[in-house]
Amino acid sequence: MLKQIRDGDWISLVLWLFRAVVILLVLYGTVAKLFFGVGNAYSGRDWANFFISGLSQGSLYALIALGYTLVYGVLFMINFAHGEFFMSGTLTATVFVALPLSASGFLDRTPIIGMMLILITAMSVSMGVALLTERVAYRPLRRAPRLVPLITAIGASFFWQYYFRGLFGSSLIPFPELQVLQGRYTILGVEILKTRAVVIVASLIMLVGLYFFVMRTKTGKAIRAVAEDKDVAALMGIDVDRTIAITFATGAAMAGAAGVLYGLVFRQVVFSMGFVPGIKAFTAAVLGGIGSIPGAALGGLFLGIFEAIGPPLFLEGLGIPGGHQLKDVIAFTMLVLVLIFRPQGIIGERLAEKKA
Amino acid sequence: MKRTILLVTLALILILALSACGSGTSEPAATDQGSQSPATDSSAPLVCNDPLSCVEVAPGDPIVIASALVITGPNEQLGLDSQYGVEIAIDFYGPVLGHPVQLQAEDDGCSAEGGQTAAQKIVSNPQIVGVIGTSCSGAGVPASRIISDAGYVMISPSNTAPVLTDEATHQAGYLRTAHNDKVQGRAMAEYAIQVLGVKKAAAIHDGDPYTEGLASVFRDSFIELGGEIVAFEGESADATNVEPLLRTVAAAGPEFIYYPVFIPLGSLITKTARELPGLQGVYLAAADGVQSPDFLSAAGSAAEGMFVSGPDLGFANETYDRLVEAYRNKYGTAPLSVFHAHAFDATTLLLRAVEQVAQKGADGTLLIGRQALRDALFATSGYQGVTGTLTCNQFGDCADPKIAVSIVENGAFKAIWP
Amino acid sequence: MAQFDVRETMRLGLLAGVVAVTVSMVGMVESFNQRDVITRYLTLGQLLLFTAPVVAGFLTVKRAGDRSWRALPNGALAGLFAALPIFALLLLTLAVPTIRQQLVNVSPTLIRILTFDNGQLVGGLLMMAAMGGLGLLGAVVYVVPDRISDPISLAVGWTLLVGLLSEVLLNVLRPLLSREVVRFLFGTRGIQWQTAVIIFLILAIAVFLWRNGGRTYYQRIPRQVLHWLALALAILIVWIPRDFSWLPPSINPLWIKIGLTLIPLILEALLFFSTRSATQPALVKSITDNQLGRARLASRYLIVLLILPAILGVYLTEVVDNIGLFILMGLGLNIVVGFAGLLDLGYVAFFAIGAYVTGILTSTGPLGVAGLSFWVALPIAVAASTVSGLILGIPVLRMRGDYLAIVTLGFGEIIRVLAVSDLLKPYIGGAQGVLQIPKPVLFGFTILQPQHFYYIILAGVFLALFIAGRLRDARLGRQWMAMREDEDVAEAMGIHLVNTKLLAFGIGAAFSGLAGSIFAARLGSIFPHSFALLISINVLSLIIVGGMGSLPGVVVGALVLVGLPELLREFAEYRLLLYGALLIAMMVRRPEGLWPSPVRRRELHAEDDLAMQEPA
Repeated sequence: MLKQIRDGDWISLVLWLFRAVVILLVLYGTVAKLFFGVGNAYSGRDWANFFISGLSQGSLYALIALGYTLVYGVLFMINFAHGEFFMSGTLTATVFVALPLSASGFLDRTPIIGMMLILITAMSVSMGVALLTERVAYRPLRRAPRLVPLITAIGASFFWQYYFRGLFGSSLIPFPELQVLQGRYTILGVEILKTRAVVIVASLIMLVGLYFFVMRTKTGKAIRAVAEDKDVAALMGIDVDRTIAITFATGAAMAGAAGVLYGLVFRQVVFSMGFVPGIKAFTAAVLGGIGSIPGAALGGLFLGIFEAIGPPLFLEGLGIPGGHQLKDVIAFTMLVLVLIFRPQGIIGERLAEKKA
Repeated sequence: MKRTILLVTLALILILALSACGSGTSEPAATDQGSQSPATDSSAPLVCNDPLSCVEVAPGDPIVIASALVITGPNEQLGLDSQYGVEIAIDFYGPVLGHPVQLQAEDDGCSAEGGQTAAQKIVSNPQIVGVIGTSCSGAGVPASRIISDAGYVMISPSNTAPVLTDEATHQAGYLRTAHNDKVQGRAMAEYAIQVLGVKKAAAIHDGDPYTEGLASVFRDSFIELGGEIVAFEGESADATNVEPLLRTVAAAGPEFIYYPVFIPLGSLITKTARELPGLQGVYLAAADGVQSPDFLSAAGSAAEGMFVSGPDLGFANETYDRLVEAYRNKYGTAPLSVFHAHAFDATTLLLRAVEQVAQKGADGTLLIGRQALRDALFATSGYQGVTGTLTCNQFGDCADPKIAVSIVENGAFKAIWP
Repeated sequence: MAQFDVRETMRLGLLAGVVAVTVSMVGMVESFNQRDVITRYLTLGQLLLFTAPVVAGFLTVKRAGDRSWRALPNGALAGLFAALPIFALLLLTLAVPTIRQQLVNVSPTLIRILTFDNGQLVGGLLMMAAMGGLGLLGAVVYVVPDRISDPISLAVGWTLLVGLLSEVLLNVLRPLLSREVVRFLFGTRGIQWQTAVIIFLILAIAVFLWRNGGRTYYQRIPRQVLHWLALALAILIVWIPRDFSWLPPSINPLWIKIGLTLIPLILEALLFFSTRSATQPALVKSITDNQLGRARLASRYLIVLLILPAILGVYLTEVVDNIGLFILMGLGLNIVVGFAGLLDLGYVAFFAIGAYVTGILTSTGPLGVAGLSFWVALPIAVAASTVSGLILGIPVLRMRGDYLAIVTLGFGEIIRVLAVSDLLKPYIGGAQGVLQIPKPVLFGFTILQPQHFYYIILAGVFLALFIAGRLRDARLGRQWMAMREDEDVAEAMGIHLVNTKLLAFGIGAAFSGLAGSIFAARLGSIFPHSFALLISINVLSLIIVGGMGSLPGVVVGALVLVGLPELLREFAEYRLLLYGALLIAMMVRRPEGLWPSPVRRRELHAEDDLAMQEPA
């Protein structure tokens, strides 16, 4: 006991120092920026815009992070290929549905039906890719050591990325612009681009929907049961394989929807678009507490907002040139900071002990 | 140590002097390029007295040249475009002294280690006469050293980093038909200040040596010409949300934003900038990294009115029209990027030099001296290529320093300056 | 008897057809069609396309388990089914001629290949016929007695492999053979048909003889004779004329050859005398014998390893150098992940730190600060990596599993982003990297060629193998493994978790720093994007594919995942697609890895039911 305390001591000291230094730096930068006006002068509206931009980016992360969290919840594996599920649906829907519909004018005449068609295509393709991946690359490995599915997931990620590159080519594909979504809304004196607003609202709806799906429906119950204990769940008459497949499909559907929203905001899609958002969403899922749905949502929003607001706020305040380049540094430092304070993530349960 | 340096320097001077004389005498041969090889003495056996070594091409065998271009990964459009240029140039040139020309295509991966491996692979084949490549400057740095040390020669169609033809770091076997960043970055700065009359500019790069180099040259030239750089920012090439970046730039109040990045980030910045209230009326400008139909289709109407610097593609010569036509027929697309023309010129220069220096035996055997080939290439002067009039200096810069600024109008690039 | 399950036939056939149509649609068939396997007769694209129906036919008949001739139509049927998706694709191109706007690789060239240049309908029917025939062939392979079909299919397989790897072979053989012979054997992009026939015949006959009694003859040869033959072969390899132009001028290649010949011969002599004068007790004798026997074996491998650069030539040595660097990194990560069970996804950071420290300390360009020699910078770089490994270790000490994974991944990204940033540009070059890193000089001789670096890397790999092997068997190694199995129990057993973890991070990072240092000197210039996340992923993949915690596994994994893609450069555009498929296939077939450590193998097979309870 004594020994443990003695050993723990200097480690704790170092960790405290680390926290203190990071927090002081952030505070110093913020104060310098806000009260002493280091760097560019931003108006209050600018800050609101930074925040909203981060919020819309964060809601995309949140939607993708859900897939990580769901799969992690039931299988305890990092599904590295999840970013590719996100990409595959969007790319296919863009090439085969969105562009032809837009070319024929259908999309602008009946934007709601058009968007529904695009969404349905994207979600189903994403689900198909996810189910295929689960069947071929993960299901045979349920009993393998835990790192083995990680490697097949990495393999699946490469495979799908270059498979879709082969199908649709490597050039950037424009996502059609919707006339209804051009321009801005003004809310409380802040102007928001319509696309951003749509993304935030749509992801909110989907997050809530998913929460109710998992918490209130019978299938959701099965998913939770499998997450708790596969063997007992099987004894209770739950088809474990099927439930896991459903989990994958649900996560992939969310990713497919996120992909369409991504297309709306950024208006360009390409085969490599899944990788970076995938990594970010994974970070978000861990940040929020992997395995928890509200956690994933919160982690995503947190990450998006920090990435947007961090560079102008405290990096500029610290007088660091080219701050936006360093937003990944901010994201990951925040992650470390949060995990030092709360090793289970923002609202994760303390399952980390044994299962992780 | 000092003595060695002295000796080496002396030797270099001697070699330079000799090669200068040599190229001086071969000048007439260069002019009557239609005639056959200059040193054809069909009765005597061929003897290699080249200081480096010779490539022997047996009767009926192809002359092998290699390419080391980026043909995979995110920048593949750049490399594929150049490779198509090389292939068309070989087709157009036809057989050299009765030998067909064969291309061995390697991938430079757009990275230092990729360039290194490609170069080692190339120098492991003694039949390769010369190399067209690399695509990326990062790959060019190690590749130029290996290729030069092995006695080979390379001509890059799209390396633009100043370091490659810098006096201190230039490698003996390295040439390029692409323009130096120093030229392009400066051209944009001149245009912004002298034509548009702006005083405050911002520059954005994506951390790639090419874009960062170009942005830096722009910054330095802009300041030198009396302007002010209000923001110099970086963003990762695979970024998605560039709105915060642009808001930061907007808050600095530029009149002109230069972002010499590649297509994905370029079109994202263009579209986002057009949406931000703070950036209305600000001039947007990019570089040849986006000079491609892909960019126009991705950025759509947002690109209208933006400026793009790049090699002057208004080549307005008949060969270039034929080149583009062949390109469309063979690959089913409009040119993917701008460097196919440079690759075309590089390949033609190389084949032309081979034709000049090869000794031809009675049975059709060719003997190509590697040093002689280098000398012939470095001696290129006033050659009329599709990209302009090419003259190589002693550090391998061959490009016609003609940079145009184009404006995007009705979904097409239109050269407006100079 | 003959079980005709049409649905099964259809399933397999269609599956094969979907695979064939997929590889066509992503453009593999078309782009591989430019690469000959056998010049003028078989391209890689055709090989790819036609493997599907053969496999379908073979599998269908095999599933039915019927080895009589009546099973043959079943195979042909599977082949026909395999052709259906392709036929559908052809019809699609007829119905929607503009399909290329969506599917960029459905090009006229592809259609020409798929229809043998005959238009969609006629060609499609031809294709069906061909596929049916190939399905039949697949069935025949199964139906014909193994005695005949085995040698033939093996020989065909190897012949095709040789065709595929012809460039490698050419690289090795070119200095040995006259140009006429080379031209007789090799086409410009593949082997000639003569070569194919020769290889096929030799292999088929050899396998046939081996299977039909050859093996028993072989077993009758005294082991001593085999041993001497192997030794003679190793010495022969040394004495075959080679390109030694890369050797320092002061060293005569003859000495090298003599030296390499003498090593095993002296060992033989030692062995000879030690057995002669053996009057010791039997136990001692057997130990010395055993050791000498192992030394004898090792000496044979050693001389081949030492002469390897001369055999491989400049390009293949370069490839081997690459593999060597990845082995070094793999050995380091194997300590962290394989021994200590700490999932590290940011391993490239230490590689980068090693490279940058070496670059900055030795560069003669404007960024160089000290102009040190490589040999001084190397230990500093390794030390810097070790320290940064320890520093990373501290904040993650209390994190487990996947939290650790994402934090380490973040660390790797932070290092890369910082390297490229404008913030640190004045010190480490930013996007423009560190240039003008001089080549190492050893006793006045400049290490320049891949062949020279080969020896440095070889020494590094041996050192790392030695250290890793000793650590594994030492107290520390057992502590790591205890920690890997269960941290709480390990702690309860008195293992000092903090020190044990930090040591794993530190030592693992040191290996990577060594690799990075050599990397910097070898390239002469370093750029931030050489240190992407992909490197971490590659290293992790190679140790898991090789077999976690296994030292030979790391070597095998590196050979497969780094060497193979490099040799198959023709696959260029599709390299990562195939890499991904390969990762999945290998892991599904052999979850324990290609060369698992004995402990691991035992665990996997003894504790199958235990593994189920663990959330693996």
